[in-house]
Amino acid sequence: MSDESSRKIVIPGEIIERGNDFLPGEGTEKRGEDIIALKYGLAEESNNLVKVIPLSGVYLPRRGNVVIGKVENITFNGWVVDIGCADGAFISLMEVPRFVNKNELDEVMDIGDMVVAKIIGVNKRGVDLTLKIRGLGKIDEGLIFKINPNKVPRVIGKEGSMIKLIKDETGCDITVGQNGLMWIQGDSIDKELKAKEAVMFITERSFIKGLTEELKKWFEGNKK
Amino acid sequence: METPRLTGERIRQYLEQGKRFDGRDLNEFRDLKIETGISKNAEGSVRVILGKTEVLVGIKMGVTAPYPDSPDKGNLMVTSELLPLSSERFESGPPKFPAIELGRVIDRFIRESKFIELEKLCIKEGEKVWEIFIDIYSINSDGNLMDAAGIGAIVALKHAKMPKYDEKEEKIIRGEWTDKKIPLKKEIPISVTVHKIGNSFIVDPIQEEEDISETRVTVGGHDETIHSLQKGDHKSLKIEEFHKMLDLAEETRASILDKIGKYLK
Amino acid sequence: MTTFKSKSEISTQTNKDSFERPDGRKIDEIRPMKAKVGIIPNADGSAMFSFGDTIAIAAVYGPRKMHPQHSQDPEKGTLRCNYNMLSFSVTDRIRPGPSRRSTEISKITEWALEPILMIDKFNSMVIDVHIHIIQANASTRCAGINAAALALAHAGIPMRDMVSSVSIGKLDKQLVVDVNKDEEDWEEGEGATDIPITLTSNGEITHIQLDGKITSKELKDAIELAKKATKQIYELQKKTLKEMKE
Repeated sequence: MSDESSRKIVIPGEIIERGNDFLPGEGTEKRGEDIIALKYGLAEESNNLVKVIPLSGVYLPRRGNVVIGKVENITFNGWVVDIGCADGAFISLMEVPRFVNKNELDEVMDIGDMVVAKIIGVNKRGVDLTLKIRGLGKIDEGLIFKINPNKVPRVIGKEGSMIKLIKDETGCDITVGQNGLMWIQGDSIDKELKAKEAVMFITERSFIKGLTEELKKWFEGNKK
Repeated sequence: METPRLTGERIRQYLEQGKRFDGRDLNEFRDLKIETGISKNAEGSVRVILGKTEVLVGIKMGVTAPYPDSPDKGNLMVTSELLPLSSERFESGPPKFPAIELGRVIDRFIRESKFIELEKLCIKEGEKVWEIFIDIYSINSDGNLMDAAGIGAIVALKHAKMPKYDEKEEKIIRGEWTDKKIPLKKEIPISVTVHKIGNSFIVDPIQEEEDISETRVTVGGHDETIHSLQKGDHKSLKIEEFHKMLDLAEETRASILDKIGKYLK
Repeated sequence: MTTFKSKSEISTQTNKDSFERPDGRKIDEIRPMKAKVGIIPNADGSAMFSFGDTIAIAAVYGPRKMHPQHSQDPEKGTLRCNYNMLSFSVTDRIRPGPSRRSTEISKITEWALEPILMIDKFNSMVIDVHIHIIQANASTRCAGINAAALALAHAGIPMRDMVSSVSIGKLDKQLVVDVNKDEEDWEEGEGATDIPITLTSNGEITHIQLDGKITSKELKDAIELAKKATKQIYELQKKTLKEMKE
């Protein structure tokens, strides 16, 4: 993995690398011998593959992402879910871990319910979701709020270190949706609000190095 | 995305314990930032940033014939636009009800308080008077555009300078201003909206709180005097609840006046 | 906020006949510019851009599903621009709401931005760009386009290049860069010719308009001036995006 300091911010149309060795990855294209950025973000090069990681903008759904969404509609064979991107997302009743009768879809999940799901496919029709894995399903209780989806990797941290720190310090369960929605559940309101504050702390300082240390200090300073 | 029902429930639970989503007290306003003179061609202009909510208010003046029922008074017109720029919830097109309501509530707030001494804005009785336009624009909508607009209107009026007027030609010399201010009353009116959520009453809601607000009362006044009032939204209020909201509005008026005092010199 | 003092490429000695601009600028000098991204938290991308006293803000929402459904293009994404001036941005108040002028400029802005956007894959989706002028001192559409380009980049929209826009004027027979209101109203000699023009960083024209009286040769010279000027604007846009800390 490239070291953070070797990543640079690029703008659309800018030449990132020159030379036939390099290959155009996501957010880039090759023009002659140049790799050109097609998006605003951080340029990253690894094994000669050059890509641009967006710093801002709407969530782009990807297979394998865990997302949190809201049920917008119920059709005859599934639930239409809003996950905050332009494509509609859909959970077929075949993608629920138990048998669902066609008449009882709204009893399983109703319009307005929040759900944690995994993306199993992204295609022209939209995004296909599943609930068939442990930990996925309707959200019954808890605090849900949204952050900039581009900051999610920061909130999770290297190998989950940031999110683990917050969980340890507040005793809360935290589920991070790659689409920027966060679900927090704790045994007291104060703990849930503290966990939320910690997440906002990270998103407001996502550019700083040594953020893990800063967060540790913040928790120390805020012990009641 | 509209605020999820679960979050709404959580907010209600927190409020029952006297806590808010962002750690504020129930009667506390978010951080308030005010910048004056943000648009040089206006007679007066203000940017109000309340938490993440931002509005721009501009004052323009013109010269026109008075209304037939007030031949010796200046005219006042308040308009407001909820720009699609400020939220994914606002659509392009002619103003919908929320924008119209905001304009009308602020209009009544300014008009009924008699903050502007309209009788001093007469140039020639029955023929020519000054007219004041207060135009409100939302730039980022995160709850409580109403009170942000109210603050903006007052500060903008305070800072506005009257344009040069050519008495012979009987028209305004555009692009040139006098040092004269708009004639205003000394007492500063403040507009505060109180919201009822469950059994709790709050002021200055963020968007999520505004989404689950059951009913709201906007009160315009100064000290103990109320000049304008409007109850909005769908639920009913017990009389004791209404009393509590009036009290909260009065107490908040004082604290806002305190906060914006330095911008009113 | 990122600021930029324009560099004149012409020394004082070569100012043709010591032509004096009303505000004392050199003929190829742009007014001091300012730019910032991320000024509207709710938007997917946002920016402000100013030429001297002309201030524009822009917000981008999208890509998102387009409504009404019948306006959707199933083959590609749609760009929708809306340009408007705040009522108090000019000395003579503008009644709130769209006008013929703002509707035309909205379309011009769309045409200025569309060639660089790569939105073929966004079937049935729309990217909405909202531009508002907070304070006007001529060149408002150019400031709007510059703000919009920044906001589109900030929103992570795939773009093959940036665009930069400036107005070139001809005051009597003298070409000048970045026209202000006094110059727009120039009356001496041949009067004022106003040429707003938008170029990609590779020098392609995505937008050009003209009002006044000019020869082909003078127009070609004007475009050369625009190329140099938009390079400076591009540098500011680049700097602004690279310096964003959020």
